[in-house]
Amino acid sequence: MTTRLQLSDMKRFSAAGKAFAFLIPSSSVIGLDDLSAALLDGFKDGPRNPATVVDALAERFSRDDLVEGLSELHQTGAVTTPEHAATIPVYKQTEAAPLSTLVLNVTNKCNLSCKYCYEYGEDKLTAPATSAATRFMDEATAFESVDFLLQRGAHLPRLTLTFFGGETLLNFKVVSATVEYARRRAREAGKTIDFSLTTNATLLTEEIVGFLTGNHVGVTISIDGPKDLQDRFRTYSNGEGSYDRILPRIKALLKNHRTRPVGARVTLTSQVMDVVRIFDHLTEEIGFYEVGFAPVTTSANTLYSIQNAGFDSMLDQFTNLSRRYLDRALKGEYMGFSNMTDQLQEIHTGVTKSYACGAGLGLLGVSPTGDIALCHRFVDSPDHKLGNIRTGLDEEKRHDFNRRTHLSNKAECHTCWVRGMCSGGCYHEAQVRYGDIGHANLHYCDWIRGWIDVCLHTYAEIAEKTPSFFDRFDERQGVGVPA
Amino acid sequence: MRHLKAVNRKARRIEQLMTANGDVYALAQGPAGGGQTTPHYPMGCSLVFSPGWEVDSAGGTAGLCQPVERDLYDCYITCFWPAQVPDHLNNYPDWTKKCGAAAKDWRNIDLVFP
Repeated sequence: MTTRLQLSDMKRFSAAGKAFAFLIPSSSVIGLDDLSAALLDGFKDGPRNPATVVDALAERFSRDDLVEGLSELHQTGAVTTPEHAATIPVYKQTEAAPLSTLVLNVTNKCNLSCKYCYEYGEDKLTAPATSAATRFMDEATAFESVDFLLQRGAHLPRLTLTFFGGETLLNFKVVSATVEYARRRAREAGKTIDFSLTTNATLLTEEIVGFLTGNHVGVTISIDGPKDLQDRFRTYSNGEGSYDRILPRIKALLKNHRTRPVGARVTLTSQVMDVVRIFDHLTEEIGFYEVGFAPVTTSANTLYSIQNAGFDSMLDQFTNLSRRYLDRALKGEYMGFSNMTDQLQEIHTGVTKSYACGAGLGLLGVSPTGDIALCHRFVDSPDHKLGNIRTGLDEEKRHDFNRRTHLSNKAECHTCWVRGMCSGGCYHEAQVRYGDIGHANLHYCDWIRGWIDVCLHTYAEIAEKTPSFFDRFDERQGVGVPA
Repeated sequence: MRHLKAVNRKARRIEQLMTANGDVYALAQGPAGGGQTTPHYPMGCSLVFSPGWEVDSAGGTAGLCQPVERDLYDCYITCFWPAQVPDHLNNYPDWTKKCGAAAKDWRNIDLVFP
């Protein structure tokens, strides 16, 4: 009996005429020469005595080189002994994960009535209409939230406070007071706090733009594209579109807000799916630095829900944009296509996650009344309440959420090659679609796998031809503005 | 590395670890000690590895392809060193019946009294 070796979980691919392997357990990307590729081929039918694999290749390569190549493959984890083969990480209860990002829903009221909104439509998880007094966060609650963030993030030098809604700027008074307070408290604690905010842009004024610039607040604008697309869903309650109102305000913001990049965040639906046209309009005609797209979160049976054909079309269009991204990157230029940049960043870092996102770990949401939620999307959902900013975090409930959303509980994901990056996808999406935060988002598996595949090829091609492009990624910070 | 290229940051970190450790050790459950400088890799009984159950090629035990107790079992199945163990072909076919997984159950392999 002798030690046998087998292939680790991996995805092999080629890019720029070269062979690569993406090693799934570690999310490392390695380039293969002919010898190492041949060695891997030798193990493709299952565990083998390495001597037989070497013998079979001894005519093509020297034995010394083969042994060396095998050693390198073993040390990088590309081949492994059956007993050392990586398995799905098991759930372990995390004690008091440091909080790095707190999202304050400063109001759950909105001046628009976007037809697809998950906060108001049939997909809402929130409790029935709350009284006016509880629809706007007051200063005291916001300040206590800041204290909560500083206390729970005591170990971290850099924290993020994000303002969200409803329409965030309906409560600008509290936003500005909170930024000032947080700045002072952070200084006292010797920390840095980054601020970000998401808005529909309808209420931007000169004063607000001045404030955002002066305080380095990262801004994300929810916008769906050119007038015909924006006005299809993003309307006032009387049905009137919002494009004409927001356009001059966004232009003023982009012209004057120079301290942080301003991003656009687009919601794609079955009827608003013209990704390339939207991207060109938002970047070239309006002047956004970054544009990110996300499919609408909704149950399967709404008219605007994206079905399989829609996901295919979305992937085709993303692929078109990714080719442009690649061309620009090879010239050393940056293109503000956030979906691509974010995914390339994950691949570059070699992220392996057991959780789809930081919700309930490093990120929490706070409702106008101070209730703590898994994230901003679960704010005001009675079933997902995790305590209150004044009485503290309900650790038992948090552990229960963490356990339910852990990759080990998503059996469908265990054989998927993108499991370390997708980890089953958004918990809120899963709740709306399947009624269970711990459910894998099976309705978009093909799309996610297809998209990460495109990104992996793009990554390897850039890494092969213009590796210096990724230098900027080493410094890039996740902006982390929620959607 | 000569045959592989670390492309992303994670792969570069793994490469750094490999360089830091300087030797293959995963199979030996720890870095091989005692001046072993050349890489040494399990290639099967007939080649350089499975050196018996005493020592590895560097003179220690850290680089053995399997625990010494399991190596004994190896002798039995493959007749690598048949004099040391009962004859499983004719007289003691059930000698290892209580030993389902050698690494765990080797203590169940008992002496025989012919």
